[in-house]
Amino acid sequence: MFQVRLHGRGGQGVVTAAEMLSVAAFLEGRHAQAFPSFGSERMGAPVMAFCRIDDKEIRLREPVTHPDALIVQDPTLLHQVDLFAGLDSQGYLLLNTTRAFADLGLGEYVASFPPHHVCAVAASELAQKHVGRPLPNAALLGGFAAVTGRVKLESVQAAIRQTFAGAVGEANAAAAAEAYHAVENN
Amino acid sequence: MLKQIEGSHAIAGAIALCRPEVICAYPITPQTHIVETLSEIVRKGELAPCEYVNVESEFAALSVAIGAAAAGARAYTATSSQGLLFMAEAVYNAAGLGLPIVMTIGNRAIGAPINIWNDHSDSMAMANAGWIQLHAESNQEAADLHIQAFKLAEQISVPVMVCVDGFVLTHAYERVDMPDQTQVDGFLPPFEPMQVLDPADPVTIGAMVGPEAFMEVRYLAHHKHLQAIEAIPRIAEDFAAAFGRRSGGLIDCYRTEDAETVVVALGSVVGTIKDTVDELRDQGVRIGAVKIVSFRPFPLAQLRSALEGAARVVVVEKDLALGLGGIVASNVRMSLRGLQTSVYTVIAGLGGRAITKAALRAVFLRAQEDEIDDPHFLDLKWDMVDRELARWKETRRSGPIAENILRELGLVGNRVH
Repeated sequence: MFQVRLHGRGGQGVVTAAEMLSVAAFLEGRHAQAFPSFGSERMGAPVMAFCRIDDKEIRLREPVTHPDALIVQDPTLLHQVDLFAGLDSQGYLLLNTTRAFADLGLGEYVASFPPHHVCAVAASELAQKHVGRPLPNAALLGGFAAVTGRVKLESVQAAIRQTFAGAVGEANAAAAAEAYHAVENN
Repeated sequence: MLKQIEGSHAIAGAIALCRPEVICAYPITPQTHIVETLSEIVRKGELAPCEYVNVESEFAALSVAIGAAAAGARAYTATSSQGLLFMAEAVYNAAGLGLPIVMTIGNRAIGAPINIWNDHSDSMAMANAGWIQLHAESNQEAADLHIQAFKLAEQISVPVMVCVDGFVLTHAYERVDMPDQTQVDGFLPPFEPMQVLDPADPVTIGAMVGPEAFMEVRYLAHHKHLQAIEAIPRIAEDFAAAFGRRSGGLIDCYRTEDAETVVVALGSVVGTIKDTVDELRDQGVRIGAVKIVSFRPFPLAQLRSALEGAARVVVVEKDLALGLGGIVASNVRMSLRGLQTSVYTVIAGLGGRAITKAALRAVFLRAQEDEIDDPHFLDLKWDMVDRELARWKETRRSGPIAENILRELGLVGNRVH
């Protein structure tokens, strides 16, 4: 079983990201379970969501406390939430930022990870460019596909198009593709 | 057709396939997505004929359903938590009148303190109102149980609650095999009421009954539950034959053969318990689990035969009868009366506290050694409780309990203290 925890703020599409990731895995014939950790449901408040992917039925209902991958949609959470709880140094880390990990004070922390497991994605900027709004979730899922290899970019894009119809879906799919290729070429 | 879908959407889809003719809706978290989705389906004309009635309260929602069912319509509504309490009088009336309404409960805690998260306090508060109560382990089972619920309700003329864990299931995306209209039409015949308000053949429904006949009418409501004990497994068999998968029934046993310890639970936590059982079995612990699908009627005989070989039974339940302990455990003890089996109560997950595999594993291992307090409160923060008890002792005006406890966590008014 592969377990993902997503962190962000209310309004950034954290829950939708977990759901889209589960749809992407489902489209590849896997079992997947996505669910939110509901706290105070308001814009800007810290939000968590989870996604499990497996080859067999997923019965477990506890929150993900030991993620194999962590997706952080908002770097300002670094000072507010215990983001890295339970993430071991063989895990994957995707952070939405234009800055280097060292500039965020994370240089030493990420040095313990295999180099290709840790990735900064300028997801808000990619979303602004393609979608016209800085909603980083779709781009981060493109980055996730590249970093972990757990789902294909095409599946992520299909899940995005299922969730957002028409031009918005296409724009988000394009943001995911650009993030995917940026990570691949990194 | 396999779909990766939110639980609420799967439930709404299954209900629409059952062709309800009246849907009464009043929003309350966490069931709201179900009735919202149904309103979309009705608006688009995908479910017709169907009257979708927005009402002003939960009391009105169930009252409208009562009227609709009495007039011979297949009626549906959904609620949670305080919403169920607010309709309590109508809950008893629907059962007392024997009207086959189906209602989803998105299980949620009851305040005070106000809490939107999952436990079973709401449906347990109405457990003895006369409704059948079925609990879903997964969203597949939630969808399937609704289809079975209409058939069961209408066969016996009794209302049925389908209990689905709020957020844990209602808001979870997972794989659900959605049936198609032909399958459901083949399984669920049109509603043939036992009683109906028909101008061509007038009757009254809802007479006042005095001491001369009240006990008999009440007994007959109980008798319907005895009929349901027979009907529930039969309908589950019919469902398996029609849809090619097993769902429902009275209880479901998991690795109980040769088990010394058997865990009993309801709803979505059964999945986590099964994973824990597998891990303990791998270590040679003789443990199994029994899921209670039908909490009302309570399957006394079926549970007794499933549990009588065990040395001990551990009931994990998401409710607390204040001043008593476990509600499910008390019922389970009734099924084992006369036997020496130890029954331990584990109160867990109140107000949405996560029930983890690690915590379950630890408590099952202690139970295996018969070293467990009863009732046991899983992951209760005793230090916080003790500090509040000390405050009570220290000063008369110790203040509101919830606020005191939150202040310790630095959470009051979103300020960090």
